[in-house]
Amino acid sequence: MISTAFEYARAATVDEAVALLGRDEDAKLLAGGHSLIPALRLRFSRPSLLVDIGRLDDLRFVREDGDRLAIGALTRHAELVRDPLLTQHCAVIAEAAALIGDPQVRHRGTIGGSVAHGDPASDLGTILLTLDAELVARGPGGERTIPAAEFFTGPFDTALEHQEMLTEIRVPKATGTYLKHVRRAHDWATVGVAAARVDGRMHVGLTSMGPTPLRARSVEAALADGASPADAAAHAADDTVPPTDSSASGEYRAHLARVLVRRALERL
Amino acid sequence: MENLPLEGALAVTFVRSLLAHANIVGIDATAAEALPNVQVITAADMDLGPFGPPPFPGLNPGMGHPLIAVDRVRFVGDIVAIVISDDRATGADAAELVSVDYDPLPALVSPHDAAKDEVLLFPDAGTNLATRTGSPEHDEKLFDGCDVVVSGTLVSQRMAPCPLEPRSAAAELGPDGRITAWLSTQTPHQDRMVLAGTLGLDPAQVRVVAPDVGGGFGAKMLNVEEVLVAWLARRLDRPVRWTETRSESMVALPHGRAQRLDFTLGGTKDGKVLAYRLESLQDAGAYPVLGAFLPNLTGLMASGVYAIPRIEFEGRSVVTNTTPISAFRGAGRPEAAQTIERALDVFAAELGMDPAEVRRRNFIPKDAFPYATVTHAVYDSGDYAGALELALRSVGYDDLRDEQRRRRAEGGATQLGIGISTYVEITNGIDETEFGEVEVTPDGGAIVRTGSFSHGQGHETTFAMIAADRLGMPVENVTVHKGDTDEVAKGTGTYGSKSTQIGGAAARLAADKVVEQAKQLAADYLEASPDDIVLDPALGRLHVAGDPAIALSWADLAARASADERLAELKAEHEFKSAPSFPFGAHVAVVEVDTETGRVELLRLVAVDDAGTLINPLIAEGQVHGGVATGVAQALYESFVYDDDGNPLTATFVGYAFPSAADLPSWEAVEMETPTPLNALGAKGIGESGTIGATPAVHNAVVDALAPFGVRNVDLPANGENVWRALQEAKA
Amino acid sequence: MTKIALTVNGSHCEADVEPRLLLAYFLRDELDLKGTNVGCDTTSCGACTVLLDGESVKSCTVLAVQADGCAVTTVEGLAQGDELHPVQQAFHERHALQCGYCTPGFVMATVSLLKENPNPSEAEIRDGLEGNLCRCTGYHNIVLAVQAAARAGA
Repeated sequence: MISTAFEYARAATVDEAVALLGRDEDAKLLAGGHSLIPALRLRFSRPSLLVDIGRLDDLRFVREDGDRLAIGALTRHAELVRDPLLTQHCAVIAEAAALIGDPQVRHRGTIGGSVAHGDPASDLGTILLTLDAELVARGPGGERTIPAAEFFTGPFDTALEHQEMLTEIRVPKATGTYLKHVRRAHDWATVGVAAARVDGRMHVGLTSMGPTPLRARSVEAALADGASPADAAAHAADDTVPPTDSSASGEYRAHLARVLVRRALERL
Repeated sequence: MENLPLEGALAVTFVRSLLAHANIVGIDATAAEALPNVQVITAADMDLGPFGPPPFPGLNPGMGHPLIAVDRVRFVGDIVAIVISDDRATGADAAELVSVDYDPLPALVSPHDAAKDEVLLFPDAGTNLATRTGSPEHDEKLFDGCDVVVSGTLVSQRMAPCPLEPRSAAAELGPDGRITAWLSTQTPHQDRMVLAGTLGLDPAQVRVVAPDVGGGFGAKMLNVEEVLVAWLARRLDRPVRWTETRSESMVALPHGRAQRLDFTLGGTKDGKVLAYRLESLQDAGAYPVLGAFLPNLTGLMASGVYAIPRIEFEGRSVVTNTTPISAFRGAGRPEAAQTIERALDVFAAELGMDPAEVRRRNFIPKDAFPYATVTHAVYDSGDYAGALELALRSVGYDDLRDEQRRRRAEGGATQLGIGISTYVEITNGIDETEFGEVEVTPDGGAIVRTGSFSHGQGHETTFAMIAADRLGMPVENVTVHKGDTDEVAKGTGTYGSKSTQIGGAAARLAADKVVEQAKQLAADYLEASPDDIVLDPALGRLHVAGDPAIALSWADLAARASADERLAELKAEHEFKSAPSFPFGAHVAVVEVDTETGRVELLRLVAVDDAGTLINPLIAEGQVHGGVATGVAQALYESFVYDDDGNPLTATFVGYAFPSAADLPSWEAVEMETPTPLNALGAKGIGESGTIGATPAVHNAVVDALAPFGVRNVDLPANGENVWRALQEAKA
Repeated sequence: MTKIALTVNGSHCEADVEPRLLLAYFLRDELDLKGTNVGCDTTSCGACTVLLDGESVKSCTVLAVQADGCAVTTVEGLAQGDELHPVQQAFHERHALQCGYCTPGFVMATVSLLKENPNPSEAEIRDGLEGNLCRCTGYHNIVLAVQAAARAGA
């Protein structure tokens, strides 16, 4: 289908992008475009202005910073897959990125774009939540760091203010795994489960089990109390509202969450 | 038609209903027409009656399909207004601005509910029944003598055909008053007749050109959009062009399947089937078209490859507030095979007998052909036992059962399932005729003009091979022309897996006529008697018998004939009509089921598909591959679903689970050829066989994997959720 | 309207386009390169796949304005005169196309796949083509064609 009409401006710097967003309350950022352009084509999104940040190449990086890694918000999924630092120190991100969409999508989609879209079906959103990542945003007032636990506020809604953009994501070095159940290879997760050991504790995150990516707190508490993976996994669907849609019912999703949490924990 | 350079063409955008069932109170196009050069047309501006003629007699006459909704919309996607604009983007913008005031009505989505006739979708028709076939009579004694009687229900779920090219149409009124319509269709000649009839024109005033068409699968036959495009070209006296979006196609291009089958099968404890009752409830969709008649084919093919002495069949087609159902790869025959193959497996399970063995005990024997079933199908040739043995050998059946036993003993979370289907299907199912013409060109090559219309089936190669073989020309010198009703005099088009057996046969017979005529001409030039002229096909020369030195090559003959203005003597046509033929086969599927998540992985699919003589094995195998993929897709992935209000939930490729290469294995297609006596080629059709054989094999494999858990059935598609539900139900 | 300048199949071109114009439609309608096909609305089918700076992308999910300053290769840019690209040749020889509508997308996706993974296993090929849909071929011959192209050093 054909999008509604909009204005277009290209930002040469982050500050310029922030300023352009301030121009219009219906302005949106365009990074890889693989969350936004599908929404435009179906007319689900009708921005007045697109601010293209796709050329901000200094936001494409993966750097080591002590016991953490810093990932530029415009790093593409395909780059995450191949990155040697990620593969060595936080492989769960590289593994999850390899499961997003298909090769063509991965050549364009960015981690920042994917996460800022606030999709409860976002694999990377769940991973970052599970890792207790920090998301760095720049706005007219300067820079701030948003903990992942505060970032996802609702379906397609994040803590980012209208005039803020993500610049960097900081993750701990951690061992982890991501299991993604799909109907077809390139589908969104019916259910996704991330498990990672962070600061000696096991964190578990869930994709497509509610209005945002979720932490499976009951599972984590059970593990902290010494429960086995199987016993802890029985709590996987606690406090979740898994949706019923054309892919699956909420009931089946809850069941999948329990199975996949157990398998993820057993794998680690 | 976006590839057509059509000077000054206007863009056509259809405004479609977002409600499944509603009265139209009013349409306000003011905001839309405020956009530059936009015009909006509604039923009030049109003077055309319902779409006609109806495809077959027997449809409830009160359920006619208007070209555009007049006062009521009946499915999400029903056309309510037409936007004319200079370009597609403006058309999309304007279409959104057309404001339609609806008075919603309750939507009927379930055929089961529709069949109760409590809410009538066409009140004047007095019923929701569009048509029926077979008999509702039940013989109390049908299952007398049966030691075992099993029953069940199979829902052959609604599918969307999903040709990769959505539909496109363009039309232009010529200065001579003739309409030329370019259509993405499978049936250019038939379309021409219907366009002429609907627009009140002499067929000579209508030309249809079907250029390259990106897939059809039975769904691309004339629908309301094409008629409207042609009508608009005349009304506006400007060329017009329309291309549907995929989301539009998912609701506006007719769907397939959507039959609910209730079966009861009885037999002896030795596994001999004695009786079979099949009741089909076909969802016809909002406006009954070809799909309403598919139960006729389901009933005809109900007994499959088995010699079942007593069969009862009833088919009913009812209207609902959903996309109309038409033919989709298999069209009525997958439903028959899916059910009898499931029933045989349920019967086998009840007897504790291997499903292959049960089948062996019931096959129509190899020497029984032509074989008339009690459902009045006359099968031309077949070797069902042979197909099964070949398939079982190819897959390594005994080894697989051994491995299955081992894994069951080990009790792991993933288990193996092996499923068999043995099927027969009907091609050229309504005894059709096809046109073929062969013409020798001045340079000594040939043109084949065919009424068949290849849209991926490779007739350009196959028919060229057939003609080249008969004429004795190199195949590179023969070209196949199709799709333009001005160039090809007649045709029926391509569907029903009939093209090679009637179109190819017609081309062959036309080529043979040309050879005979060439002999006459050569006799003149060589000053011999025509009876003494022979064709040496290997060298492509006509010569005096016994004296090959006195010869004319095709190039020589054509050159001389051309110079003498006698080239027309090297042109002939033939129309070939044939009874239906019955390809058959056996498929074996091997699946691995994760019994914790329910996820099914298809590991292998061995397909034996016997379609008689194969002219081009590479092309025939390609048809099997594609057919099998669609059959597997129905078994494991796809289902077009509505909510209770008639809103489609799977109207994009995100929601609708059309599988990619990553979701499917490679296929093991095994050749088998049992020729048919019905045409000189010995060829049957193959286009739909793969689909028909694959779905039941995979379905049976999934149930087989879950048998130790007490599962007797899994709903289609047998995806993770449906497997999980079946396991839950079995535990309860 | 926005001005863009880019290279398409090695040729420089400039245009003034609406921001909402998709790269796929820019190629088809402005440059008359009809080989790139649009088959869906949801970035699912891959029929529109082209190379953008050497990597496969779905041109229906890229705005023409985003391609400013980039190099685009469409299926028309593969053959050298009458000589087909090895991937095209392999698809032809293996009967890896029937109606042909999805084929340009598969060919471009294959070119990109083999560039990144010159010797893929069958599983890697199937996964590598998960972004392309075909209704006609059942994918079997497409996989064989990719393997043949890989052997030919495509």
